[in-house]
Amino acid sequence: MRRPFVLRHPSVLVFLALLALFTLGVTLLSEGMGLGLISTSFVKTLGKTLCLCLIAVAMDLVWGYCGILSLGHFAFFGLGGYMIGMWLMYERTKGIVLDSLVNAPLPPTPEEVRAAIGTQIFGVVGGSEIPVIWTFADSLLVQLALVVLVPGLLALVFGWLAFRSRVTGVYLSILTQAMTLALSLYLFQNDSGLRGNNGLSGLQNVPGLLHLPQSVVSIGFFWASALALGLAYVLAAWLVSGKFGSVVRGIRDDEARVRFLGYDVEAYKLTVFTLTAVLAALAGALYYPQAGIINPAEIAPIASIYLAVWVAIGGRGRLYGAVIGAAFVSLLSSWFTGGGAPPIDLGVYTVQWTDWWLVLLGLSFVAVTLFAPKGIGGLVDLVLPGRVPDRHGADLGPGQGALREAEQARTEDGK
Amino acid sequence: MTGMLLEVSGVSVTFDGFRAINNLSFQIGRAEMRAIIGPNGAGKTTFMDIVTGKTRPDTGTVVWGEKNQSLLKLSESQIARAGIGRKFQRPTVFEDQTVEENLGMALKEDRRPFAVLLSRPTRATAERIAELAAEIGLSEHLPRKAGELSHGQKQWLEIGMLLAQDPRLLLVDEPAAGMTPAERDHTTAILREAAKTRAVVVVEHDMDFVRKLNCKVTVLHEGRVLAEGSLDHVTSNQDVIDVYLGR
Repeated sequence: MRRPFVLRHPSVLVFLALLALFTLGVTLLSEGMGLGLISTSFVKTLGKTLCLCLIAVAMDLVWGYCGILSLGHFAFFGLGGYMIGMWLMYERTKGIVLDSLVNAPLPPTPEEVRAAIGTQIFGVVGGSEIPVIWTFADSLLVQLALVVLVPGLLALVFGWLAFRSRVTGVYLSILTQAMTLALSLYLFQNDSGLRGNNGLSGLQNVPGLLHLPQSVVSIGFFWASALALGLAYVLAAWLVSGKFGSVVRGIRDDEARVRFLGYDVEAYKLTVFTLTAVLAALAGALYYPQAGIINPAEIAPIASIYLAVWVAIGGRGRLYGAVIGAAFVSLLSSWFTGGGAPPIDLGVYTVQWTDWWLVLLGLSFVAVTLFAPKGIGGLVDLVLPGRVPDRHGADLGPGQGALREAEQARTEDGK
Repeated sequence: MTGMLLEVSGVSVTFDGFRAINNLSFQIGRAEMRAIIGPNGAGKTTFMDIVTGKTRPDTGTVVWGEKNQSLLKLSESQIARAGIGRKFQRPTVFEDQTVEENLGMALKEDRRPFAVLLSRPTRATAERIAELAAEIGLSEHLPRKAGELSHGQKQWLEIGMLLAQDPRLLLVDEPAAGMTPAERDHTTAILREAAKTRAVVVVEHDMDFVRKLNCKVTVLHEGRVLAEGSLDHVTSNQDVIDVYLGR
């Protein structure tokens, strides 16, 4: 009989154990539950980082395994955030409106309540009508379903159009980027129905949980993010482990050959693309209640490019690499841009890291691509020898920057 | 169509004004071996591209099987599922995957994404893979990555993948390239065995190898059939000698 799944893939077990330890440790040290050594705002940062790790796992599936360099997955992430944000904001505003009308001489009619909510939410963009897309905003269940359905359908339609036309490589990347840009520009408009560049705010206040302090709510979201990451990791590991993973990696390495084996390559790409879009949306739905605010700038193409950089630096084609990359780079990024890193005084010029961090990140990306294409995750191969295939000079990955034997030899020599 | 598995008639293809295939007609039966020879640029690879759906002809018909199905409306993957397997000249195996994974991917099973996702390795598939590996002499290499194999072993693996697909028509491009004489003999034996139950089309340059296959030969030249018949028959044809063998 076959051994259980996690025993055949020990890295999954190791990952889950580390994630559980990390979650427990942070909980015990947090303000909300225990010792108070970790501030609530840092718990939120860590929770958000777990969500970024989750979308990085999705990106690794679609790029590292299937070879589709999508520069649009943050669009799905943002849409997931908007969908849950609509409920959070609507219900929270409804609570405020009802409180303010509680002393009115006559009990308010439902129409009056709706009008008041409309003015509260949309006054900032000069409106008071509640747009059609907010029809179900008072239902948590429907909005949760929309978290999955809206990005999922967008990915399905976009992917179907792109893949059936056999758009591949850099052209597909540009197409995904165009989709992201178009969505972001649309949402920037005041009449998009989602408050234009103001976005949705106050998302950290969860209706029904307002009696709880943020220190406790933040731990709840932190746990939910950890659970989602753990489940998504196991799902992703299962997807890429069997014959499905074999076909998907085959598509990455030689798509035409897979076609001649009789596989409908487009259907596989569409499956992976849509599934990872849904994972990205779930990550976004968990991220934005912790961030408190979402606006269209979050969907801008640059966010999706960062995602690709995280996965490349962490090491694509291995799931823990994506997680390491997202956690490492995003935490480092908030340290540098948050003023954590001391400025370097060069006498004639002072290096302010808030300005120079992006340059450093860009250089690291180039360096990783050129000298260590396996990324940080590749360090694991140094500890676990004998699992590196001899490539005989052939490519590993789908395009430029893929692992080549010469570079592999160099990284091994360089240890 | 009478008992023919594949019938290509009056097919022409032009690439940027260059007529790669010119009014080509070709037929093959259900259990038959055929060798296609011809100088470089004769249209051998384009012919295979047309049959496997990679290239669409400008004119002509390609008819397949008992139901006289036109292949021109099908995609590459649909044609492969209909039962046409192809081996490329350069060995194209999935180098980053093990021999076992390569063979497993080629096995004739449901190929739809969700069926593949939910499929679990069974004893039957493991046995079939072991059987194929034995046939191509790679039993001891099943857990190795295909990229580590030698050139000849990669050729074998690709032949194994072709057999795993269990196609009704095999299109094989220079199967013996880069093989030792012993390996060539083994290849010949496998192809002849396969031709007992299915159609096999071998594109080859090497006359000794073609002679060993001992089958009907089609000579292509400038995108059309120059001669067809036994090897002795075509090699004595003056046209063939002029364009190909006489040099």
